[in-house]
Amino acid sequence: MAQKQYGPATVEVDAEGYLSDFSQWTREIAAAIAKDEGIAELTPAHWKVVEYIQKDFKENGQVPSIRKLNKSGVISTKELYELFPGGPAKKAAKISGMKKPEGCV
Amino acid sequence: MPMKRLIILGAGTAGTIMANLLRRRLPRAEWAVTVIDRDNEHYYQPGFLFIPFGYYKRENIVKPRAKFLPRGVEFIIAEVDRIDPAANTVIFQDGSDLPYDYLIVATGAEIVPAETPGMLDGWRDTILDFYTPDGATALAEKLKSFPGGRIVIHVNETPIKCPVAPLEFAFFCDDCLRRHHRRDKIELVFVTPLPGAFTKPVASKTLGAMLEEKHIEMVTDFNAERIDAAARKIVGYDGREVLYDLLVTVPTNMGSAMIERSGLGNEFRFLPTDPHTLRSKKYERIFAIGDATDLPSSKAGSVAHFQAEILAGNVVRAIAGKPLEPAFDGHSNCFIESGKHKAILIDFNYEVEPLPGRFPFPVLGPLPLLKPSRLNHMGKAAFRWIYWHLLLPGRPIPFVPARMKMAGKKRPEDGGGATGGTGAAGTAAKGESK
Repeated sequence: MAQKQYGPATVEVDAEGYLSDFSQWTREIAAAIAKDEGIAELTPAHWKVVEYIQKDFKENGQVPSIRKLNKSGVISTKELYELFPGGPAKKAAKISGMKKPEGCV
Repeated sequence: MPMKRLIILGAGTAGTIMANLLRRRLPRAEWAVTVIDRDNEHYYQPGFLFIPFGYYKRENIVKPRAKFLPRGVEFIIAEVDRIDPAANTVIFQDGSDLPYDYLIVATGAEIVPAETPGMLDGWRDTILDFYTPDGATALAEKLKSFPGGRIVIHVNETPIKCPVAPLEFAFFCDDCLRRHHRRDKIELVFVTPLPGAFTKPVASKTLGAMLEEKHIEMVTDFNAERIDAAARKIVGYDGREVLYDLLVTVPTNMGSAMIERSGLGNEFRFLPTDPHTLRSKKYERIFAIGDATDLPSSKAGSVAHFQAEILAGNVVRAIAGKPLEPAFDGHSNCFIESGKHKAILIDFNYEVEPLPGRFPFPVLGPLPLLKPSRLNHMGKAAFRWIYWHLLLPGRPIPFVPARMKMAGKKRPEDGGGATGGTGAAGTAAKGESK
């Protein structure tokens, strides 16, 4: 298992830098992952998405789809792409401390 | 004692198999089995892919649903308005209702082009599908008269039914155009929301290389925000645009609108289902099978077939008040037509991605896995017969068990499968879909 320094902490990660253990996640780590992903600062709009993903995962055991984020009124897909440019589902999941979302086969 | 009733919603692949399996297992004196569908046309859906290229016509792949339901099953053709899970009843559109003791939801998935703004503007004109008999038939005409230009094969959003079908379409298209000496006048482009040709790394690499070999351009990680039918372009959320002369699209796939009317669906109108027992996550008397579920397994006929045996056992256990068996492993098995009368066979489950090797027996095969071969193509051609005569009646298919076998499969040594979900159960996070 690889380790990686995110901001103040060293955490267990997979080959692509996704957290292996959600219990290690902190807001500081999230901010450091965001910087890695080219997002300079996490705004309240970003946090709203992160908090929803974490809550939904806790309830359903799955990282919510972009369609679900849109449909549940958390954020429109267009805005999601603006907040997390170039792959919002993966970036938002990574910042939220989730494992890499796997595509359905 | 009054008769008890099992209702099966949907007489497609999954519903028909369940009716056959459960009629045999439930005593006729105690249990009525009622199957409900909105029409009496059972399409052999793997055949849709062959229609645009003139191999099949619509009439070659359709038979009456009633013909494949066993004696002792009541078949009702009617539109269901909704399920009332609190009252354990199914309510028809005319307001009448039918109570159930147990319910199996087998209502499948369908394309919903209206989900993408602008898609319906060019529908069946420059935008066509091959997931419906009408679409596939219209596409056959369109391809015949297509003067040349840019054909874009497009997957709008995952999950979709038969996830390999768009790839097969691309391979067939390339093959067909070459045979007619028209390939040099036509550009082929494959647009997908996935990061590669397929979801899983080893197969994605093999299939991606095949696209490249056939000079089919790939546009990946592309999520369509809208379609501008007048300008003939797909516009992505990230600002990228893909131009087309002919758009062959797989629109967003969703479950039945009836599921939504019942308040039972997720954001795709799929029914939240236990991935191993196939019972509804919320209602004890409701089970689901096939494309109608929200499981991270493939939406494919083979999956419905593998689930059926397990689900039949669990329905019988539920009736007897016994604990359910968490036996479904996500097993899927499918032939991918690769052109030139060859096909690729893949066999996989929740945890093991498609790998090279031999099937169903190690070394002996005779079918090679993840590699184009004539024998696989013949296997796929034979499958139409197997579908009507063995699969729908719920008879076992020789040598192909419900649970996947690892024997005969080989993981490539370059570690291409490192992220292929080889880990423990519970990695069923559902994916990069919008």
